[in-house]
Amino acid sequence: MAAPPPPPPDPQFVLRGTQSAVHALHFCGGAQGQGRPLLLSGSQRGLVHIWSLQTRRAVAILDGHRGQCVTWLQTLPQGHQLLSQGRDLKLCLWDLAEGRNTVVDSVHLESVGFCRGSILAGSQQHWTLAVPGRGSDEVQILEMPSKTSVCTLKPEADAKPGMPMCLELWQADSSPRPLLLAGYEDGSVALWDVSERKVCSRVACHTEPVIGLDFDSQKARGVSGSAEKALAVWSLDEQQALQVCGTHKLTNPGISDIKIRPDHKILATAGWDHRVRVFHWRTMKPLAVLAFHSASVHCVAFAPDGLLAAGSKDERISIWSLYPRT
Amino acid sequence: MDPVLSAVRLTVREAVHSLSSSEDGGLIFSTLGSLKRYLGETENPALPGEQEEFARVHYSAFLRCLVGKLSPDWLELLPNGQLEELWASFFLQGPADQAFLVLMEAIEGTAGPSFRLMKMVQLLARFLREGRMAAVMEGQCWQQKELASPLLQEALVTKVVGLPDRLGNCLQRENLAEFFPQNYFPLLGEEVVRVLQAVVDSLRGGLDCSVSFVSQVLGKACVHGRQKEILGVLVPRLTVFTQGSCLWQRVCWRLMECVPDRAVEAVLTGLVEATPGPEVLSRLLGNLVMKNKKAQFVMTQKFLFLQYGFTTPVLQSLLGYLAMDSQRRPLLVQALKELLDTWGSSSAVRHAPLPQQRYLSKAILICLAHLGDAELRDSRDGLLASLMAGVKCRLDSSLPAVRRLGMIVAEVASARIHPEGPPLKFQYEEDELSCELLALATPRPAADSPSEAGPSVTAVAAETPDKGTVDGGVPQARLEGSDSELDSDDEFVPYDMSGDRELKSRKAPMYIRDCVEALSTSEDWERWEAALRALEGLVFRSQAATREVSVELAKVLLHLEEKTSVVGFEGLRQRALVAVTVTDPARVAEYLTSQFYAVNYSLRQRMDILDVLTLAAQELSRPGRLGRAPQRSSLDAPSQPSCTVAPAWRAVVDERIRNKTRRFSKGCPRWGPAGSPNEFNVVAGYFFFPLLRRFDKPLVTFDLLGDDQLVLGRLAHTLGALMYLAVNTTVAVPMGKALLEFVWALRFHGDGYVRRGLLSAVSSVLLSVPAERLLTDMSDELLEARSWLADVAEKDPDEDCRMLAVKALLLLEKLKDKLLSLSSP
Repeated sequence: MAAPPPPPPDPQFVLRGTQSAVHALHFCGGAQGQGRPLLLSGSQRGLVHIWSLQTRRAVAILDGHRGQCVTWLQTLPQGHQLLSQGRDLKLCLWDLAEGRNTVVDSVHLESVGFCRGSILAGSQQHWTLAVPGRGSDEVQILEMPSKTSVCTLKPEADAKPGMPMCLELWQADSSPRPLLLAGYEDGSVALWDVSERKVCSRVACHTEPVIGLDFDSQKARGVSGSAEKALAVWSLDEQQALQVCGTHKLTNPGISDIKIRPDHKILATAGWDHRVRVFHWRTMKPLAVLAFHSASVHCVAFAPDGLLAAGSKDERISIWSLYPRT
Repeated sequence: MDPVLSAVRLTVREAVHSLSSSEDGGLIFSTLGSLKRYLGETENPALPGEQEEFARVHYSAFLRCLVGKLSPDWLELLPNGQLEELWASFFLQGPADQAFLVLMEAIEGTAGPSFRLMKMVQLLARFLREGRMAAVMEGQCWQQKELASPLLQEALVTKVVGLPDRLGNCLQRENLAEFFPQNYFPLLGEEVVRVLQAVVDSLRGGLDCSVSFVSQVLGKACVHGRQKEILGVLVPRLTVFTQGSCLWQRVCWRLMECVPDRAVEAVLTGLVEATPGPEVLSRLLGNLVMKNKKAQFVMTQKFLFLQYGFTTPVLQSLLGYLAMDSQRRPLLVQALKELLDTWGSSSAVRHAPLPQQRYLSKAILICLAHLGDAELRDSRDGLLASLMAGVKCRLDSSLPAVRRLGMIVAEVASARIHPEGPPLKFQYEEDELSCELLALATPRPAADSPSEAGPSVTAVAAETPDKGTVDGGVPQARLEGSDSELDSDDEFVPYDMSGDRELKSRKAPMYIRDCVEALSTSEDWERWEAALRALEGLVFRSQAATREVSVELAKVLLHLEEKTSVVGFEGLRQRALVAVTVTDPARVAEYLTSQFYAVNYSLRQRMDILDVLTLAAQELSRPGRLGRAPQRSSLDAPSQPSCTVAPAWRAVVDERIRNKTRRFSKGCPRWGPAGSPNEFNVVAGYFFFPLLRRFDKPLVTFDLLGDDQLVLGRLAHTLGALMYLAVNTTVAVPMGKALLEFVWALRFHGDGYVRRGLLSAVSSVLLSVPAERLLTDMSDELLEARSWLADVAEKDPDEDCRMLAVKALLLLEKLKDKLLSLSSP
């Protein structure tokens, strides 16, 4: 009836040279980067590589985590500032402007877990940072750059959700109140109202710890992945209550990262089965299985122009161009 | 003598005299005008007695005289064609049968194209146009029985039906379109309808008349093979007329009853094909099958058992007709019994061509759909017995199509004949045929069947729900699919995701010996599977290590069972076995061939052995094999486990096609394959001869010449393939000789699949053995084979066999040409 499906795609190119497993990826800019953005990658050995997508070479290498794994990279919207989170319990703020690469500030973290932080950049000067807190089940909210601890979000005593595993700070268009989505060790996803310091809603999505989540604030719908064999799609209704819309079966268990493309059309998951899976975000129809890596994929990232990067334990970063944005 | 009669005679004689002597137009005109009075239809017609006398005695003679006068000069005697008009009116207004006979006689008696002939042909065309043919037939209908002369009627029928042929003969290229059979017979059909209309009218008026002449015409036309033309017009009309009128129906029945015996079959064939359904057929035929023995024989025997050309709807209306009346239903039951008897006879399974078996199966299913539970119950035991016998024969067959047919019919028929019993369930793939057959098994809407069919409708309705749920699943899934299709934007076309499999943990053994150990003893299924998957690659990588354990490895693989559900297990195992065989051909082939005739193997294993030998031989004989990775693709294709139709020889044929296909180079030029020795040369004997050794010595569990004919067929195919692969080897000549002997021994085997194998083996002998050696070493065998092939090509019931035999004959022919061209210069 229909034409046979096109053969599985190949990566557009592959970046080699991190010399250790890639644990964090982040596309930086695009506006200032003359056409193509820069790609930042964080490696197991504590290095942050800055890749030019034009020359496909590392432009600079930042070493600020004393050889400990870099788990999270994030640039600030005002430009040349980079946040990197490492397993040395430090969160560094780098100044990258004009070719500099110095640590201008750092925050000491008190959680040894794998949980990545999240930021919400409200205004040019101030931004909010969420990181795992001192207590094993706490999330700490900091006001930056002053590093003032705003509050600590601690679940109620009888909830016992376990450690937070992934965080996502966001803000509804209608109200300025910051909200936090947190995936917990017991497989539940909770929505925190940061200013009131209480859980608005919590829903059990998985039976294993939630390892990655992403949220589409336009559609008020999010997706989470865990160690199990399924993705969960959940939504937020007007009363700010979370509901599971459905689960989507995977061939192999284990998701280490999950990202929705900025245009909210497709999403990509990084799988322990060495594969990146691409889904249609609205329908959750599987679109592609990208089998290139030879070890588990740790992180995926989308560039503003739709380019997809996947970093893997096999020390390679593959760049894919799927369903280009029109 | 009666004065009236003598007066008429006198007038006619005078008229004839003046016609023959006079050249005066006016006199002739007035003479003819005076005679015209006898035909009536003028202002002052003659007395009825005179008219009758003229018609009976003088009309034909006078017409002959008129024909004799016909010439250009004569017609010119009066201006404006008055004379011609008057002349023609004699033919068109008098008794039509006599006029027709005279016209035909005159046309046939006139030689060559001439003025007179053309005039008469035009007159005949006008005769037809004015509907006089109906008058011809009507005249015969009204004639009293005692007056009718059968000889005359016979002649008339012959002339009426043979008109197109006769005129075609007379006129050759000058023939008029009206007389072409494709135009004439529809016209005749129209005329028959008009005659029947007249008959019905006169019966309404209380007049007696007979339609037997029309029946004869109809029968003769059908015997001449013009059913389509005449019945194509007649049946739709009669369908409409008989709709609400009993009288019409009676006339129609009578019409069919009066058809002469020798024409019954032709008429019924045409009628069954032309009628749209059983109701119409029943209206047109009435209870003909009960009254007419011949019709009964044709309908219940000839159409069901001796012919199989009817389409399914025709078969449905035929059997539906039998089912529609309570008097005829016993015939249907009887037909079902006989159908099942035939279906169940093993010789029919072996000798009937497949289309006929399909036809029989369809007929059985339709019968079952029509019969009620009560009727079936009465003869259940007999029906079941022959059904089961047929199922057994079919399941034993080595042709997949026959097996499937058996399964489908068995499922449906057993559910109907024995609804209380445990339902039979077979696994077969759905396709067009199975869907069609299953659809036949569900009865037609209740409105079409009489009240007795009621229970059968409910009985089957009770069965349908489970089928319904199965079907129901599909549309739902489709709905979902289309739903998402609607939602998603067109640009998001999914890529191929077939490669998305479950990830296996990596515990694959690194050494051959580890593999052997893991496969033979391991209880760790992941390791077992990993070993199986890794084996082929390992064998090719470490050939020396493989040779050390080759036989042991082959033994393990041969006995390997699928203990867990491993995707592609058959293919993996087969590829591994092939790899081992290729690596150490002599010893492994020796082992495998010895195991082929050993006890305690399943048929599956024996067929695996054959497949592996073929594939390994193919790999070994592949030119330029050394130094290149094994061709996966060529091994993949035949490794499908469903291969009951000899995958090996198919691969060989494909290979051959590929070799014969010329490709103009495209892209980078390829280097010609480096010459290397054919590795199969050395070992072909190990593969081939042991397989021939013991085929005629049955074991307790394995009897090639008996029940295990499927394996025998496979063996024949394998031997053919090995023979073909041994082309250009030194051992080809003794191999060919042995193979021809093998073929000779089995040439009259009853199973089509075996014969196909033998025929392909003969072809490969012809292809592989050098022509000179064929002639010197085995000319006798070739001569024998040739006569056998010619016989098969003509008489074999299996179509594929005939085809293969023709191909082999062509090869022989080519060989002869080659030898002749060699010797001639």
